Amino acid sequence: MAVAATPSAGGAYLERYADARRRLAAGSAPWLEGWRRAGAEAFRGAGFPTIKNEGWRFTPLYGLVEGDFSVDAPAAPFDQSRIKGVTFGREAGNRLVFVNGRLRGDLSSLKQLSPGIELLSFAEALASRPRLVEAALGTAPGLAGHPFAALNAAFAADGYVLHLAPGARSEAPIEILWIGSGADKPPVYHPRNLVVAGNGAHATVIEHHVGLCIGAYFSDTVTEIALGEGAVLRHCKVQDESREAFHLALTGARLAAGAHYDSFVHSAGGRLSRNEIHVALEGRRAQCRLNGAYLGRGEQIVDHTTVIDHVSPETSSKELYKGVLDGRARGVFQGRITVRPNAQKTDGQQMNRALLLSDKAEIASKPELEISADDVKCSHGATAGELDDVSLFYLRSRGIPEAEARRLLVEAFLNEVIDSVALAGMRLTLERNIARWMAGPA
Amino acid sequence: MLEIKDLHATVDGKEILRGLSLSIKAGEVHAIMGPNGSGKSTLSYVLAGRDGYAVTKGEVLYRGKNLLAMEPEVRAAEGVFLAFQYPVEIPGVSNTTFLKHALNAVRKHRGESELDAMQFVKLLRETMKKLGMSEEMLKRAVNVGFSGGEKKRNEVLQMALLKPAFAVLDETDSGLDIDALKVVSDGVNSLRAPDRAMLVITHYQRLLDYIVPDHVHVLAKGRIVRSGDKSLALELEKSGYAAFAKEAA
Repeated sequence: MAVAATPSAGGAYLERYADARRRLAAGSAPWLEGWRRAGAEAFRGAGFPTIKNEGWRFTPLYGLVEGDFSVDAPAAPFDQSRIKGVTFGREAGNRLVFVNGRLRGDLSSLKQLSPGIELLSFAEALASRPRLVEAALGTAPGLAGHPFAALNAAFAADGYVLHLAPGARSEAPIEILWIGSGADKPPVYHPRNLVVAGNGAHATVIEHHVGLCIGAYFSDTVTEIALGEGAVLRHCKVQDESREAFHLALTGARLAAGAHYDSFVHSAGGRLSRNEIHVALEGRRAQCRLNGAYLGRGEQIVDHTTVIDHVSPETSSKELYKGVLDGRARGVFQGRITVRPNAQKTDGQQMNRALLLSDKAEIASKPELEISADDVKCSHGATAGELDDVSLFYLRSRGIPEAEARRLLVEAFLNEVIDSVALAGMRLTLERNIARWMAGPA
Repeated sequence: MLEIKDLHATVDGKEILRGLSLSIKAGEVHAIMGPNGSGKSTLSYVLAGRDGYAVTKGEVLYRGKNLLAMEPEVRAAEGVFLAFQYPVEIPGVSNTTFLKHALNAVRKHRGESELDAMQFVKLLRETMKKLGMSEEMLKRAVNVGFSGGEKKRNEVLQMALLKPAFAVLDETDSGLDIDALKVVSDGVNSLRAPDRAMLVITHYQRLLDYIVPDHVHVLAKGRIVRSGDKSLALELEKSGYAAFAKEAA
């Protein structure tokens, strides 16, 4: 099936939701409305990417382009006790809860914010900190020319804004819970998140995306991160959307000298998910670690795309993505590493390993290294394999039933990357997710 | 305990076992000796139920039941144990986790209660102490980074925990120096019991100085060509396998 996506699909999409855009514009500051309009025009020109577009060859947007969503959809009522089951309990003292992309203050709690830390919704920040938002908005790497960044801008209404003063440290992790919940019509939402960390600031952000409904919805998120000198951001994300959901997330991080961005993504939900991270290592000795553990089955498409730009000398990047694919699922890993002429002594390592549990599952790996400096250490690798028969037999020969033996081996495969997560509570959540996934159908 | 009757088995379409018959009673230790390619490892894998080993004729009765119809994990739970010639390395699974899963699976099958973490660790420590093993081996992933001797001792530990009724030891001496061989053999000997039978498969007589068998069989070209007591092993050591290969032809 070919997707009839032409640039005009962008225009058609915008027209369909023209009312929602008018409602957004009412009461917005001129600069904000100008920014949204620029996003809309960019999207009108670009349209939805198709498999003919660079970077989207393996990730067809079936069902998304023609989808009939609702921008201001009321959430279906859901059992609020279920929130407890998807959050990290005592490890999260500060929590913002968004339902269909809109902050729900009644479900959120901010009790342990350390001095120098501001956590508020994008909508609140527009009212109380417009200068901060205006200065930060649209400055992250990877956004320019990106169709979903443009689409996000055209409709951006809410999200989270985390501002860390120089030297501020958040003791407890900051948790952001995103709930997708469609009622009559599948909702679409375009969260715009901003993280601005001053020099030497430290924070941990945990994001959890869940669907508390069965049907479809479309989450188009953009997260912009700016880390000052020596700032550290640990960013953990659990993507456990409903199986009909479309989850497109674009993160752009800009790092000053000595800053550290440490990202972990667990992708398990969604009919189509793409987690795209762009990191610009702008200052000397800036470093990033991008890790991921993904699970796919049925007809799921699970895409991880990373773009790392080594701008300055002595910068380092480490990437390890490991995925388990069953049924007819498709995994996509695209990793670009650019080393600028000035970025001597760069260290860039990239690895994607996939475990295929069925012969219909597939993985597309596309590493791209563009190196313009001569004194660098860069490596990339990709592997795809099945469960090892000999290991399976060894476990079974000791009395371990086949299903349990398979689960042990899958967990063992993912352990290497799960172990990189610093928070013990988070590791437990991930282990539970994986065990539950293994118990499910192919 | 174990009755092998006219067993024929193929690997990749090639017949390796060609009419092997053997009867083992509880409490007995049998040794099967044979040159490379005689079918020793094939026999051990057929008994443990590894994929790719097709039985084309004959049967194996274990305690009166059709062993060949059982899945590998059922055989293990019913008390059949194969000590591997090359124990498998499994990165990412800790040795303790592996042993606990194995023991509890077998206990469950036997209608015994599963052990919780505390009970298991206690049993594990006691068992390792008896076998003179260091607990350091528990922290590592299954067989990963183990020396040849440690891998074989880990096999003996599994055997000691699972308490099989019938154990096959496949070339347990391979890759061991004399000290390690002695330690592993001591472990095996400590598990000899009136209600337990063992089948020791080896190329060399050396192992049988430490694990002294009740019966020795010579395997050549997929069948047993001679049986006797332990003196047969010594005879083999002197004369070599060549004479027996002729008998099999």
